[in-house]
Amino acid sequence: MALKGSDLKVGDTYSECLVEDLKRTQLVQYAGASGDYNPLHTDEIFTTQVAKYPSVFAHGMLTMGMTGRMLTNYVGDGRLTKFGVRFTNQVWPGDTLNSTATVSGLETEGDTTIVNLDVETTNADGKVVMSGYAAARVD
Amino acid sequence: MAVDRFPVEASHIMMFARSIGDANEIYYSDDYAKGTEPGKIIAPPTFAQSSAQFDPDYFLRPKVGEDWFGSGGSPTGVKPKKEKSGGGGGGGGGLHAEQHFEYHRHISPGDVLTATNGPGKTWEKESKRAGKLVFSETVTEYRDQNGELVITARGVGVRTERPVEQ
Repeated sequence: MALKGSDLKVGDTYSECLVEDLKRTQLVQYAGASGDYNPLHTDEIFTTQVAKYPSVFAHGMLTMGMTGRMLTNYVGDGRLTKFGVRFTNQVWPGDTLNSTATVSGLETEGDTTIVNLDVETTNADGKVVMSGYAAARVD
Repeated sequence: MAVDRFPVEASHIMMFARSIGDANEIYYSDDYAKGTEPGKIIAPPTFAQSSAQFDPDYFLRPKVGEDWFGSGGSPTGVKPKKEKSGGGGGGGGGLHAEQHFEYHRHISPGDVLTATNGPGKTWEKESKRAGKLVFSETVTEYRDQNGELVITARGVGVRTERPVEQ
């Protein structure tokens, strides 16, 4: 179901839990589907011994992909017109992520109304792992 | 990434949706999708990134007959390069700093896309957590089988001087 512009106001929020206790296997799944086989995401030995990180960590694009799910659940299928993010902290196996979209504005051009959203995804410590924006057509 | 031919396929969309934990039936079922506003299966918003699968030279995929820098019998299959900057924190060509998509229309199975890269900026920044950061931007235009622009993507990668402090 698409959103109705007339029902929305600046400051409205929509939140979802994106993942609880992120598993390494999901990183393998994402590597296989996306084609990004960077060992930093799936190869614990390389990542700890060569790259010197405490463990493998999630593809930024996995966090963006899961956040996209929150957005499409909110705005409806095929409604997004823009989605952009900055990755601010790494996401690790075991992390639980929550994501929130906040209405930052509404604009109407001709027959089309667009809702602008601020998007923020945080881990269980409340640290922002990804932040950005999205825009979507509403009714 | 530049790609000559990126065929959008239903099974790839299904696997991609599974990998991001998205159970929305519009990514799995033709019958369900017919009853939705788009009227057919569409790809999730970040799916275009999986065009990497169709880039023959994509450097983050092991290739037949070539060394791979991930672990096997030893922690890496490639001798580390002693570069002064770059790669230190990334190990595999740096980290992803930003990603932006603009959707002109949503893509579906049956679309056959091309991806071309335009010029992008590069810049540097000092950071406390990872030393010198070198950012590079790539703007990618995805066009469909009719030459119509469907997605404009802008990615920013960052090479760190050393691993990001936790």
